[in-house]
Amino acid sequence: MSQTTAIARETLLDTPGLSEAHLSQVMDRLLSRQVDAADIYFQYGRLESWVLEDGIIKEGSHSIEQGAGLRAISGEKTGFAYTDSLELSRLLDAAGAARAIAQAGQHGARAIAGSGTPPALYAPINPLDSLSEIEKLDLMRRADAEARTADPRVQEVIVSLVAAHDIILVMDNAGQISGDVRPLVRMNVQVIVEQGDKREQGSSGGGARQALDFFLQDDRAMGYAREAVRQALVNLDAVAAPAGMLPVVLGPGWPGVLLHEAVGHGLEGDFNRKGTSAFSGRIGEQVASPLCTVVDDGTLPGRRGSLTIDDEGTPSGNNVLIENGILKGYMQDKMNAHLMGVAPTGNGRRESYAHLPMPRMTNTYMLAGEHKPEEIIASVEHGIYAVNFGGGQVDITSGKFVFSANEAYLIEKGKVSHPVKGATLIGNGPEAMNRISMVGDDLALDSGVGTCGKEGQSVPVGVGQPTLKIDQLTVGGTAA
Amino acid sequence: MSQAEQISRLKQVVEDLLHEARHQGADAAEAGVSAQTGLSVTVRLGETETIEHTSDNGLGITVYFAHRKGSANTTDLRPDAIRESVAAACRIAKHTSEDPAAGLADAHRMARDVPDLDLYHPWDLDADEAAGIARDCEDAARAVDPRISNSEGATLYTQRSSFIYGNSHGFVGGYPTTRHSLSCAVIAQQGDEMQRDYWYDSSRLPAELAEPAAIGRRAAERTLARLDGRQLGTRECPVLFRADVAPSLLRSLFGAIRGHAVYRKSTFLLDQVGEQIFPDWVRISEDPLLPRGQASAPFDNEGVATGYRDLVADGVLQGYLLDSYSARKLGLQSTASAGGVRNAGIASSGQSFDELLREMDHGVVVTELMGQGTNPVTGDYSRGAAGFWVENGEMQYPVDEITVAGNLKDMFRQLLAVGSDNDIPGSIDTGSWLIERMTVGGD
Repeated sequence: MSQTTAIARETLLDTPGLSEAHLSQVMDRLLSRQVDAADIYFQYGRLESWVLEDGIIKEGSHSIEQGAGLRAISGEKTGFAYTDSLELSRLLDAAGAARAIAQAGQHGARAIAGSGTPPALYAPINPLDSLSEIEKLDLMRRADAEARTADPRVQEVIVSLVAAHDIILVMDNAGQISGDVRPLVRMNVQVIVEQGDKREQGSSGGGARQALDFFLQDDRAMGYAREAVRQALVNLDAVAAPAGMLPVVLGPGWPGVLLHEAVGHGLEGDFNRKGTSAFSGRIGEQVASPLCTVVDDGTLPGRRGSLTIDDEGTPSGNNVLIENGILKGYMQDKMNAHLMGVAPTGNGRRESYAHLPMPRMTNTYMLAGEHKPEEIIASVEHGIYAVNFGGGQVDITSGKFVFSANEAYLIEKGKVSHPVKGATLIGNGPEAMNRISMVGDDLALDSGVGTCGKEGQSVPVGVGQPTLKIDQLTVGGTAA
Repeated sequence: MSQAEQISRLKQVVEDLLHEARHQGADAAEAGVSAQTGLSVTVRLGETETIEHTSDNGLGITVYFAHRKGSANTTDLRPDAIRESVAAACRIAKHTSEDPAAGLADAHRMARDVPDLDLYHPWDLDADEAAGIARDCEDAARAVDPRISNSEGATLYTQRSSFIYGNSHGFVGGYPTTRHSLSCAVIAQQGDEMQRDYWYDSSRLPAELAEPAAIGRRAAERTLARLDGRQLGTRECPVLFRADVAPSLLRSLFGAIRGHAVYRKSTFLLDQVGEQIFPDWVRISEDPLLPRGQASAPFDNEGVATGYRDLVADGVLQGYLLDSYSARKLGLQSTASAGGVRNAGIASSGQSFDELLREMDHGVVVTELMGQGTNPVTGDYSRGAAGFWVENGEMQYPVDEITVAGNLKDMFRQLLAVGSDNDIPGSIDTGSWLIERMTVGGD
């Protein structure tokens, strides 16, 4: 048994007094009808957050999220119930409610061969304890001071620091028990700057599945402070963004939110099983320019979107979604993989025990190409260079997606010129991906800030890409 | 457990919490506890797809040691978890800074009596009955047109909740609520093109939910109307935000007058109280005491008594949305806005939707907005959109993959009319908004 699974067993079974015999009893109850597959998911979650504002430590909060979710699957039907108590009687009640989805009769549960627990991609630590309170608050105060000394126009600084400790244990209907211990830390610096009667904001941060001293390494925290100020000052000088179809060059790293929206969601297995995605039934077809190879990789050590195992116990993978423009595969959880006759890909994720798992992204990025970033910018006569984004959104059925630039520049005659105000970019996923005409050699991943929402469930994700050029994309500025 | 028993159990939890906080040395404390159970059933392509039994508990506590504050919350209400939470909140308060604005809301502002707003109307239905209603809804959607080729299903959700809030002023109050909703999303196909849209209704009372078939048909009609959309050329023109997307404009206003945004100076409506921010016919109000209202509450999240108020009258901003903290930071009084605005609405200028189309003559009707593209500090607004192109006062064809952009300050001042077509579900009451001029980005 791995150290990780041992910790998970101790926390979620031994402490509440549950034995394997108890679990078998609950599983038997879940399987006592015509159920194809079932699982029991236990979660122990602790989260601590701190906020600095007005130069003082204004708020701190501690959260407990704990319980078990029980699921029974029969064909395309799912029954689900959960409880915040780990007492046997409550688990049995929940099992009785969840199995009601299936017809009475003998169960035909699939025995799925155990995949074994892979080596952990992050240390099984509790990040809440990884720095003392004094050290945490000192780090935040230093980030505040760094932002205020960076420029006299800085009026307000808000620093937040969050540490989360999640321990999960999942038992499938074959009796296999897998556990994971998932640390997650996040720091953010937001500033308001003022010049005359103009005000602007800037924000920067990062995170990882690591201890809090991640922010002390490589000058990261101070870097977030300086970066937030730089962004806000750039935006003070921004002029109206253009409106209409233009060539768009996207910078490396976080602008990879393009891939998350334009192709990522559309390649999730549930939408494709149901035939509701613009990418449904298109495996083997050209869905992007031949310069594009896109992967979803949950195996990067310590990254925010990484998982040693997903929330169904499947080891995460490095899955090629698009190779040289050709659609290779979808992201799957167990249920959708089974119904589509393919293997699970380690993308079965859930926000918590109180939510059903579904196919979700991990770290989604495009592999590097051959061009120097300067060559890409120099190739544009009149267009936009966008280096920072807020969120995005996609309609997976029509393929329409948006993402909102919050730091962008005009490109004039092959040179980066004025900063322009934030603007939404809109396109159609497959069309936009086919219009990618240059891909840089500067692949970068984001700093660990992404959160993805789907059907009301939030999970941490990563994105990344090299500098790339889309020949035409609609830019939503005000300068018509 | 009966609802009355549950309420008294939660009251006991809150009182125990406040007692435990005092025992651990806190000068003041406040706590909220909630318990919710529900049933969600989805039917897709005529078959039951998921049955979810929801059961969520939550507890939050904030302690004050003089003006230092610590908070904790938990989904686990057993005594161990409660003790751990109170101890964590007290430990945190030893490390936060002295903040003169931190503390409970003022004692004299606590709600004295808690009116019954008629928010509790449970729906006793089992999973089969719920599936039957969802099936009727989806069947009606699929029967509208052969181009309705696929479905994401119809979902019936019913929940009942109880919650109690109390603080060390001696205030303890709470009540049960119910919420029921029915939604449907379908897909239309025509050639290679696929479009999806949805419709829903929600209510405190089962009997007030729209007919399942009516919800299904409206979902199908909205989806079919999107087929054959095209891009528009980039231009400046009038924009009509249809009633179902107009609430997002009001939410942008509420975000900008939130006390926390104001004291941080992170709003485009800084120092605008008493100023004309809309044309003089505009009135925007909130009515937290509306019987059976979807956002009704007799007291806010700090126990402060709520009541009707105008946020904008004669186009002039009347005040901010203040909780006790932001009020103290600004030297003002709480407006019972902890937890947000409740049952907000904008008065119509009287025109029907068709009259608004004629009034605008030409321009874009926006029926979908995508992305978050608003800058709360500057008011700069740029969002993805889909809808219809209007010429000679009539809708001509659907448009999609466009952007609409402007600045919220200008958009508010250029509001020409608000329709009487306020037939949308949800807690915000508004008709369609006609805005004089925005930039539309297209091909």
